Amino acid sequence: MTPPVLETRDLVKTFGGFTATDGVSLSIAKGARHALIGPNGAGKTTLVNLLTGFLTPTSGSVLLDGADVTGLAQHKRVARGLARTFQINRLFADLTVLESVALAVAEQMGVGRRFWRPIGRHGEVLDAAARLVEDLHLADVAHRRTRDLAYGKQRLIEIALALAARPRVLLLDEPAAGVPTSESRELFAALAALPADMTILLIEHDMDLVFRFADRISVLVSGAVLLEDTPEVVAGHPLVREVYLGEAHHV
Amino acid sequence: MTPLTPTSSDRAGPAATVDLAPLRRAARPRALEFAFWLLPVAAWFLFPENLALLTQIAITAIFALSLDLVLGYAGIVTLGHAAFFGVGAYAAGMLSAKLGIGDPLLGLVFAAAVSALAGAITSPFVLRGTGLTRLMVTIGIGMMLFEAANKANDFTGGVDGLQGIEMTPLLGLWSFDLWGKTAYVYAVAVLFVVFLVARHVVGSPFGLSLRAIHMNAARMPALGVSVDARLTAAWIAAAAIAGIAGALLTQTTQFVSIDVLGFGRSAEILLILILGGAGRLYGALVGAIVFVTLHHLLADVDPEYWQLWIGLVLIGIVLFARNGLMGVVDPFERLLARKETKR
Ligand SMILES: Nc1ncnc2c1ncn2[C@@H]1O[C@H](COP(=O)(O)OP(=O)(O)O)[C@@H](O)[C@H]1O
Ligand SMILES: [Mg+2]
Repeated sequence: MTPPVLETRDLVKTFGGFTATDGVSLSIAKGARHALIGPNGAGKTTLVNLLTGFLTPTSGSVLLDGADVTGLAQHKRVARGLARTFQINRLFADLTVLESVALAVAEQMGVGRRFWRPIGRHGEVLDAAARLVEDLHLADVAHRRTRDLAYGKQRLIEIALALAARPRVLLLDEPAAGVPTSESRELFAALAALPADMTILLIEHDMDLVFRFADRISVLVSGAVLLEDTPEVVAGHPLVREVYLGEAHHV
Repeated sequence: MTPLTPTSSDRAGPAATVDLAPLRRAARPRALEFAFWLLPVAAWFLFPENLALLTQIAITAIFALSLDLVLGYAGIVTLGHAAFFGVGAYAAGMLSAKLGIGDPLLGLVFAAAVSALAGAITSPFVLRGTGLTRLMVTIGIGMMLFEAANKANDFTGGVDGLQGIEMTPLLGLWSFDLWGKTAYVYAVAVLFVVFLVARHVVGSPFGLSLRAIHMNAARMPALGVSVDARLTAAWIAAAAIAGIAGALLTQTTQFVSIDVLGFGRSAEILLILILGGAGRLYGALVGAIVFVTLHHLLADVDPEYWQLWIGLVLIGIVLFARNGLMGVVDPFERLLARKETKR
């Protein structure tokens, strides 16, 4: 049997006396569309931070392809195919859209350390970056600086940067946050079109989108997994209705 | 609107609607750049009496370029950059004074190597902290080296300076003359080569990653980048270039004063870069030209209070040109860029 692509065992993270992640054991199979839901402050982002190495867990372990990566630096996990987007944009204000994406593509292609040939003469980097820019409908603003764009547009750069890493496992932390509703549908159509063998963990508040997208759902409450099951079971679960859906509908 | 299709990044071939020309064009030299590099040639004919001063400008420009790499591009604020200038100056001086090797080019290479080593040794300490911590560490390193040079009196000459430096002719052809002709051509040639290297570096994928680290270092690991490794490389490269500048000063003056390691030199080069405009290579060059010239002119007019005047002038310039002297061209450049993409 092949091991799950991404796995956590008894993961715990405390901040001072506060437990943000409370004994989380997750197992995500290859090609899964796994959603992580839960009220604000449940610890969803913290969990993503632990998975990617942005934070170090207090105890427990993270496994990628069956190998323990708990102590592995963030950038090395990216090299192993684990990429993420951030809930709040983390971008490069003075770079243009194309430069930002080219930066990420160059790193993926392993040419980021080259210090002689101009970036403008790395044809393979530029072509791949331009395709991503085009695919994310950013072509018309390709040469505009990030800081000059609306938040919704910037959100697409955030996603482009993650996709540029050509991830096998993609962690999306509320990708549609701050994107106008009309465009968020489009965004999810795009996410649905990602290759089937790409493993995706999605954090999202819009339950309609979650139920359409996911084949597994974990419900996180107060840092612990309350329930993990198929969308049908999760939607019908009384505890979920009480703890989460009741609160989420106002979002 | 058609749905987004990120999967298509797997497809081959260029994108249809994204114009790559602006990025491709960025690498090419512009007409104004050619004009700029006629300046040192013009200066040779216009100011034959001032070649020593012009040599100072070239050396300062190399030093400023070095600082621009780490500060303007990579965003490492340092007030101890004279450490590497000084190491290079002493390395070149000792090679001649102690070992009797007076070949200038060999001296440059040696100084660059020793300074790079100093960069490699100091980088873990500097990169460890952030912000003010980092600044303190750079100041500390500078002070320690100064005191070390002071203590090692027998070796460095201490406050009396290092004497007995003699240069053999450049390439075995041109000896260093009293009028400073060889020194000037030599310094400008080295400046030009260093500039070309720096221009390549900042326009490369590596240079792009340095700028990105400057803007948002925390995001870089998520793109697969080891920030420390990149900054270490930049730090070492800058140390080597600062060492070259220091070595040039030694070779063209045949003397090393302990001032090469002084805090004042670190502060001054920072001032020069900010004055010219950090994060743009021509900012370093223009800053060096303007500062050294002003210094010379004001010291002539008022030998006692020149620092007061230069302080006033600098404050004035920086207040009116927020991004340094070269920052003045920004709005025009952006306008031009927009026009070109619209075409
Ligand atoms: N770096 C931190 N330091 C202290 N508390 C934190 C930190 N990061 C998150 N928390 C706390 O952990 C809890 C979970 O936060 P988060 O993971 O962002 O929740 P979610 O993404 O589910 O909304 C919150 O109460 C938050 O205040
Ligand atoms: Mg969150």
